Amino acid sequence: MKKMIYLDNAATTRTAPEVVEAMLPYFSELYGNASTVYEFGGKSKEAVSKARETIAHAIGAKDNEIYFTAGGSESDNWALKATAEAYRDKGKHIITSKIEHHAILHTCEWLEKNGFEVTYLDVDEFGVVKLEELKKAIRPDTILISIMFANNEIGTIEPVAEIGKIAREHGVLFHTDAVQAFGQVPINVDELNIDMLSSSGHKLNGPKGIGFLYIRKGIKIRSFLHGGAQERKRRAGTENVPGIVGFGKAVELALATMQERTSREIELRDHLMNRVLKEIPFTRVNGDRTNRLPNNVNLCFQFVEGESLLIMLDMKGICGSSGSACTSGSLDPSHVLLAIGLPHEIAHGSLRLTLGADTTMEDIDYTVDAVKEIVTQLREMSPLYEDFMKRSH
Amino acid sequence: MYSEKVMDHFKNPRNVGEIENASGVGTVGNAKCGDIMRIFLDIDADGIIKDVKFKTFGCGAAVATSSMATELVKGKTIQEALQVTNKAVMEALDGLPPVKVHCSLLAEEAIHAALWDYAEKNGIKIEGLKKPVNDISEEEEEEEY
Repeated sequence: MKKMIYLDNAATTRTAPEVVEAMLPYFSELYGNASTVYEFGGKSKEAVSKARETIAHAIGAKDNEIYFTAGGSESDNWALKATAEAYRDKGKHIITSKIEHHAILHTCEWLEKNGFEVTYLDVDEFGVVKLEELKKAIRPDTILISIMFANNEIGTIEPVAEIGKIAREHGVLFHTDAVQAFGQVPINVDELNIDMLSSSGHKLNGPKGIGFLYIRKGIKIRSFLHGGAQERKRRAGTENVPGIVGFGKAVELALATMQERTSREIELRDHLMNRVLKEIPFTRVNGDRTNRLPNNVNLCFQFVEGESLLIMLDMKGICGSSGSACTSGSLDPSHVLLAIGLPHEIAHGSLRLTLGADTTMEDIDYTVDAVKEIVTQLREMSPLYEDFMKRSH
Repeated sequence: MYSEKVMDHFKNPRNVGEIENASGVGTVGNAKCGDIMRIFLDIDADGIIKDVKFKTFGCGAAVATSSMATELVKGKTIQEALQVTNKAVMEALDGLPPVKVHCSLLAEEAIHAALWDYAEKNGIKIEGLKKPVNDISEEEEEEEY
């Protein structure tokens, strides 16, 4: 295989070798069903409990508040739909933001078709939810506020503590999609007044197909998947034991390495942003410059289209992503970039690079050099650039 | 996702650039939707397309269809160039993913727009050529930041 520089860690991450190693016995030797009575099955149950403990501890929750799911999207769906169902007698109003992941937005649209009312809060130019708007949006019939911990595209970290406080003061439940943030920033559900939290294993060097929903004790949401009595009767289905074990191991590693890893990523991230801004004209950074995920860089190159940029980066062995229409499968560019106020033509030229634990300074410099060369090349053939240059001369 | 032909034309686009004092220039598409194509034609006194160049802002398919369209009209007569449909461009590229079919339509439009410009400049009428609807070069304002 040719040299590859993987800078799409917000899409998914490499399963850490330690994680794979921890999982393997639960495929081959310890394959027992965790719900059985014999000792062999008990080993699986034990492993699940241990992972649950590790994860609960990581967010300051109790073991019995962690419910394993198949991933972030299921957790988001469950939190929203089950809350709507359980609290519909209290009210039918939900508040979220315009920059949520589609697992939230499309679930909200589904709820709207089913008799609920949803307020989609605006964000400022950096992608931060406006707290005054949030306060104004709360009504007597508001049952849930769902705001992401950090944005998956532009990396902006939301004022979760303030949102939690506002929700608590108004007696409204607060759910947060922490799929991108968990493992990158410290989270404590009690300190932040979080009632429900979604997470996914494969974003933090764990396996795919496993996630969890934290549900604060006392919240009366019911089962989303009906069947067996797994997960305290709230999520049926034989436990994905290898997945859960791997997730537990990944969380253990993420917590142990968080400080050292993220401070290194911040250094690389800032170096990348600074070099690009200095060396490539007509470029901007999307999202908050400092209050952002340690591994996230999101840029817009004027007069250039994102998909072309991605294919050319791929030819140089670099994996990245873009919010251009062509990569979203529709004619509209990313809803997040539009929500922060970018015009369509600039949003089409976005590039997201998300670093990982293995990213080196050499990778970053190679990437900046490649981006510089490609952007120049694409601008050479861009009629928008031609017009712009003629106009400015 | 793309055929080898599409990738080849994207990686090594043919006829990129501009023609000074071109016989006809056509710009179609919309920056809002993420595709703009501009085609320059050099047409001689016998009505043969002697040279053709393009500039494109857009995805891989947009670049590849522009490149292929220029190849297909180069050295042809105006009437032959009019026969270069989006279908012909797609076939020559061994197909496009369904979401990218509009790129090939844009390529056809761009050639028509350039021919229209040529006809207007020379005060002639080209049999079978309709005024292109997609020409946005006049009204589209770029936004700066």
